Amino acid sequence: MGLTKQSTGIGAGRDYSIYRSGAPGEKVVALAGNPNTGKSTVFNSLTGMNQHTGNWPGKTVTNAQGRYQFDGDKFLLVDLPGTYSLLATSVEEEVARDFLCFGKPDVTVVVADATCLERNLNLVLQILEVTDRVVLCLNLMDEARRKKIRVALDRLEEELGVPVVETNARNGEGLEGLKETIAKMAAGWVSTPRQVKYCAEVEKLVAKLSPLFAGLAPNNRWLSLRYAAGETRVLPTPGLGIAPPDLAEKNWAPEICRDRIVTAIVEEAEGIYRRVVKVENDRHHALDRKIDRLLTSRALGVPIMLGLLGLVFWLTIKGANYPSQLIASLLFGLEDWLAGLGFWHLLPPWLFGILVQGMYRTLAWVVSVMLPPMAIFFPLFTLLEDLGYLPRVAFNLDHYFKKACAHGKQALTMCMGFGCNAAGVVACRIIDSPRERLIATITNNFVPCNGRFPLLIVMASAFLAVGVPLGGGAAVLSVLATVVIGVAATLAVSWGLSKTILRGLPSSFTLELPPYRRPQVGKVLVRSAFDRTLFVLGRAAAVAAPAGIVIWLMANVTVSGASFLAHGAGLFQPLGRLMGLDGVILMSFLLGLPANEIVIPVLIMSYTASGTMQDMAGLVHFRQLLLANGWTWLTAVNTMLLALFHFPCATTLWTIRKETQSLKWTWISFLIPTLAGIIICTAVAAVARLLGLAPY
Amino acid sequence: MNAKTMPLNCLPLGRVGVVRELLAGAEQQRRLLDLGLVKGTAVEAVLKSPAGDPKAFQIRGALIALRNGEARQVLVGLQ
Repeated sequence: MGLTKQSTGIGAGRDYSIYRSGAPGEKVVALAGNPNTGKSTVFNSLTGMNQHTGNWPGKTVTNAQGRYQFDGDKFLLVDLPGTYSLLATSVEEEVARDFLCFGKPDVTVVVADATCLERNLNLVLQILEVTDRVVLCLNLMDEARRKKIRVALDRLEEELGVPVVETNARNGEGLEGLKETIAKMAAGWVSTPRQVKYCAEVEKLVAKLSPLFAGLAPNNRWLSLRYAAGETRVLPTPGLGIAPPDLAEKNWAPEICRDRIVTAIVEEAEGIYRRVVKVENDRHHALDRKIDRLLTSRALGVPIMLGLLGLVFWLTIKGANYPSQLIASLLFGLEDWLAGLGFWHLLPPWLFGILVQGMYRTLAWVVSVMLPPMAIFFPLFTLLEDLGYLPRVAFNLDHYFKKACAHGKQALTMCMGFGCNAAGVVACRIIDSPRERLIATITNNFVPCNGRFPLLIVMASAFLAVGVPLGGGAAVLSVLATVVIGVAATLAVSWGLSKTILRGLPSSFTLELPPYRRPQVGKVLVRSAFDRTLFVLGRAAAVAAPAGIVIWLMANVTVSGASFLAHGAGLFQPLGRLMGLDGVILMSFLLGLPANEIVIPVLIMSYTASGTMQDMAGLVHFRQLLLANGWTWLTAVNTMLLALFHFPCATTLWTIRKETQSLKWTWISFLIPTLAGIIICTAVAAVARLLGLAPY
Repeated sequence: MNAKTMPLNCLPLGRVGVVRELLAGAEQQRRLLDLGLVKGTAVEAVLKSPAGDPKAFQIRGALIALRNGEARQVLVGLQ
């Protein structure tokens, strides 16, 4: 789950079939494991795909699928959501359990974190009860070595009765061996997986129950255990046609049975861990703990959080200016060359207008204005994500979410929204309670996504960084303030919803704070360039090109003395003025409904088409263009506020509709931010004008 | 064992407690058990968030954040 074509935009809500969907002759391999063990990295390395990875639990909610070949055989790899157990009832666990138990994968690979084996073994033992076709992939071996944690591989294989492969998926170490072992297992390697032995009472009960489940998937021992523990929800169908066995004998209670089963598994995992793992340096957490204490401290936790975000924005704004000029002069030089080509004389002039002045020029603007900030911002953000900082943000902010009667995991879905709101809405599936899930869904739009960050950064660097004392600082502060306002709005609206239409108390919350990992700077650069920068830019360009044509037409086709564009802008002018903006800005946001990335192109096209032709682009000229069209600091600030507070993009709305199955909640998600935007912009404009800080 | 018993959220930072009892309801108890909080498990209080709630605990090799409301339902004994 993350910011790739699969999971953002239209692909965001796609449901992958729970049951095996391999083509004939294809072996189905399930990838299971605790959250945050590098499962997605293993998946990417095996399939060569760009499933989003990051150092925080809960990224994968749906089953992503990918294919690879080994030794002439075809394999379909299904990446299951990370789970701690197969027995609880959260959505992630249900998806993973259903696939493992009833999807009949040919091989199940359990990815385990070598630095945290004890907790991982808990899930391994549970999976061994479901299937004997298991390969244990011991990942993050480099971290384990660095922390001087030694795992006796052969001993572990012996204890578990299934093959164990050491890997370090981030640099590809051990993956060939993993593929080979998977292939052998798929070809029918005989393994004798360890089965947890329970106390005499439980075993007696299982013996009594198992004939009832004979021949049913996954196996009768597993089904009997679930039945004995009263976990009837886990059973495949309620109507198995089995009469409830007499469980009343000898003061038997399902709760006690469940407690004993879980305890036995945990203790077994502990035993194996003790025999197999040697920690040579029991202070290997010491550095992580020191950093954690600093990053979550009462005095510095929140300031450091803001400081880091500010640093990211500062680097972006400072660094984007020069490359922007460079790309602009290149692309517009190319336009001159294009325009100079002889064959235009043979074609009607309107075609030249549409293709060069409409489509090409819009594209050139989009690339030169948006590419540099994105190429700096996204790698920096990915770096923070890779380090493992996001869960600390959730940890620091949880108190406020609790105060807002919202779920703690909303901090994570909110972070996801910084990437893509549609993906953030899908991520809300990790929240179990329907009430809190709706709150998280409706408020996700209050944090700026990839499509809106460039808009904010461009506004700030074009308008607030130049000609203002301490220019760079003001621009950084304005973007930072926008994010803080967005988070505050998220909390305020969540609180408001929990006190009115979605009343209730916050439910329970547990969050793992994963160990920090040394980020792989090179990979981060490549990945964020391809996964995010090019993806967002591609989407912007894909919409901007046809939009350029449409807007050129709107600007050049005149009705009763004025262009369509002028008519449209005129229609919105009164409301725009009231909100401290203008009609063109409002129209750009409306036309930007398909994707926020195109607000800037539409804005540029509208301004350039209505007279002031711009030969050169780049941030400096962008500023001149805006000034020529009557912009003041108030216009820039209110445009940034409007970027934060307006209806979600069409894709996000469509995803909300799909996730909530309700038109009502989709409308509410549309109306709340839109109304907030109109009110806030109007209020800011009124105050600024009243104080004489901005002209009417 | 006559050690002092207290709810997990009251365990001072840096101290280790041993799980004695889970007071939570069935579904929540299941979640706590899945984290490895069975009776006899050693738990260390490690971090406090800026607001004091949630807190993070070292449980079976992993660092897990729990809100005070949940941590209160785990009774631990100091040794």
